[in-house]
Amino acid sequence: MPVVLEHLGKRFGDGAPVLDDVNANIERGEFVALLGASGCGKSTLLNIIAGLEAPSSGALEVPSDGAAFMFQDAALFPWLTARENIELALKLRGVGKAERRAKAQELLELVHLGSAGDKRPHELSGGMRQRVSLARSLAQDRQLLLMDEPFAALDAITRDLLHDELERIWKETGRTIVFVTHNVREAVRLGQRVLLLSSRPGRVVQEWAVTEEHRTDAGLAGQLTGVITARLREEIRRHAK
Amino acid sequence: MPSNPPLVEEEPVVEPADAKPAAREHVHAALTRTSTGHEDLRELESGLDSLQSDAARKHRIDWSRLLLPLAALVVLVLVWQFYVSLGVKRRDLVPGPLDVLGQLGILWGDGKLQESVWTSLQRGVVGFLISVAIATPVGLLLAQVAPLRRAFGPLISGLQVLPSVAWVPAAIIWFGLTDATVYFVVFMGAIPSIINGLISGVDQIPPQYRRVGTVLGASRLQMALQVVLPAALPGYLGGLKQGWAFSWRSLMAAEIIAVGGTIGFGLGSLLDQGRTLSDMAVVMAAILLILAVGILIELLVFGPIEKRLLRSRGLLAGSTR
Repeated sequence: MPVVLEHLGKRFGDGAPVLDDVNANIERGEFVALLGASGCGKSTLLNIIAGLEAPSSGALEVPSDGAAFMFQDAALFPWLTARENIELALKLRGVGKAERRAKAQELLELVHLGSAGDKRPHELSGGMRQRVSLARSLAQDRQLLLMDEPFAALDAITRDLLHDELERIWKETGRTIVFVTHNVREAVRLGQRVLLLSSRPGRVVQEWAVTEEHRTDAGLAGQLTGVITARLREEIRRHAK
Repeated sequence: MPSNPPLVEEEPVVEPADAKPAAREHVHAALTRTSTGHEDLRELESGLDSLQSDAARKHRIDWSRLLLPLAALVVLVLVWQFYVSLGVKRRDLVPGPLDVLGQLGILWGDGKLQESVWTSLQRGVVGFLISVAIATPVGLLLAQVAPLRRAFGPLISGLQVLPSVAWVPAAIIWFGLTDATVYFVVFMGAIPSIINGLISGVDQIPPQYRRVGTVLGASRLQMALQVVLPAALPGYLGGLKQGWAFSWRSLMAAEIIAVGGTIGFGLGSLLDQGRTLSDMAVVMAAILLILAVGILIELLVFGPIEKRLLRSRGLLAGSTR
């Protein structure tokens, strides 16, 4: 089991806890959508899983080699071409020069950008940048891939396509993905399981399984989206004064 | 791809369109798969990519870049000539453009012009390059190590404010009338300003870049060389430009003040000689030569580098450069 979270808590200084008693088990190869409104500590949780921050209480078990991370903005280095951005990730991992070149091309092909490798990030569209960013996070070659609202800033057409793309790549590479989003439809579209985090403090309050049926039947998926949205709103309403 | 085996899937994602139940209408609601297979997805994406990326624009030679500065120069020279021809001041106090040009011809004939430009340029460039070699690691270290920066930052900023001419008397006492004096003054001018440029360049790096570096597993040294330094390059280049300006200025100051000994004959020396002989045409010629070298270095060295740097990062659009 690559990720186990037990009674995980996090507070910054003397403030109110951001996360409180978070429990979750994520299986190897699973695609989990972590859903929550603003202020539920989704990003903090990802940072803790990635090892960028330490929890204040509780225990967690993560793969020993760490996790790959994909951010909301592509965060590509503007002084490198798309290919060089991917090659840098390989280089920092210690991959040899000749192998880097071939591997980067392979990853570019995987995200359907085989011929755009020599372009600079500013010459690419938002969706293309995010795909390069995805290829870069795959270049890290970690079993666990953490994604922090990676498609939130994209237009709807591009986002729909990238959902298909991500699902395809997930199945091809067998990664374990934890995907943070505040978009219920996105969570239902991508996750095998949707975990709902409450806000202030963040805690897993409910989870739903999404089956293969939901992938093809819009009615079924719409129904589940409705149920989850209602539960999410209930959670938000608790904070009304 | 990682070596872990793919998930056991009951149903592959890539399914031919005709495998779907004929009765079920495919609804594109963004809740379900919106493409019908791998090939379809590739096609859609490539269509969207070409819609969303700009067509490459051709770069033509822009003659206004050359003609406008030339026109400005001609206007200035004409104004100068006009002022001189009014005869407000004596000709030996305010020489006209033609007098200065004639003087330049004489200096060229003597070989003095070539000697002084070559001596100064050589010293300026060598002094500047050594300054870069010293200032870059120091600046990177200061920018990356917080206690060091807190300790030495104010001192470095202070050194930048201190006119490097102030070091000339000290340098003459320490090193005598030798080239060491000239180089010392150049270093004191250029090094702090390059360090400051690099530090401010590093300060302006989006924090996201460092996070990406951390996530990608960069060590401290890799972070400094592969992420921080290239990210800070625009600010660093600004620092280098300023560093060159300070080198050149400090050099001229040193050459004007420190004359004789084993110090060679530079543009500053030429200027000082003109002053001693009260020959205004020589003074003007030397000033124009000092200015011309500065302009040429900017146009031939820093200008193209800066432009390339900005263009490659997509920062040139809409600028007046």
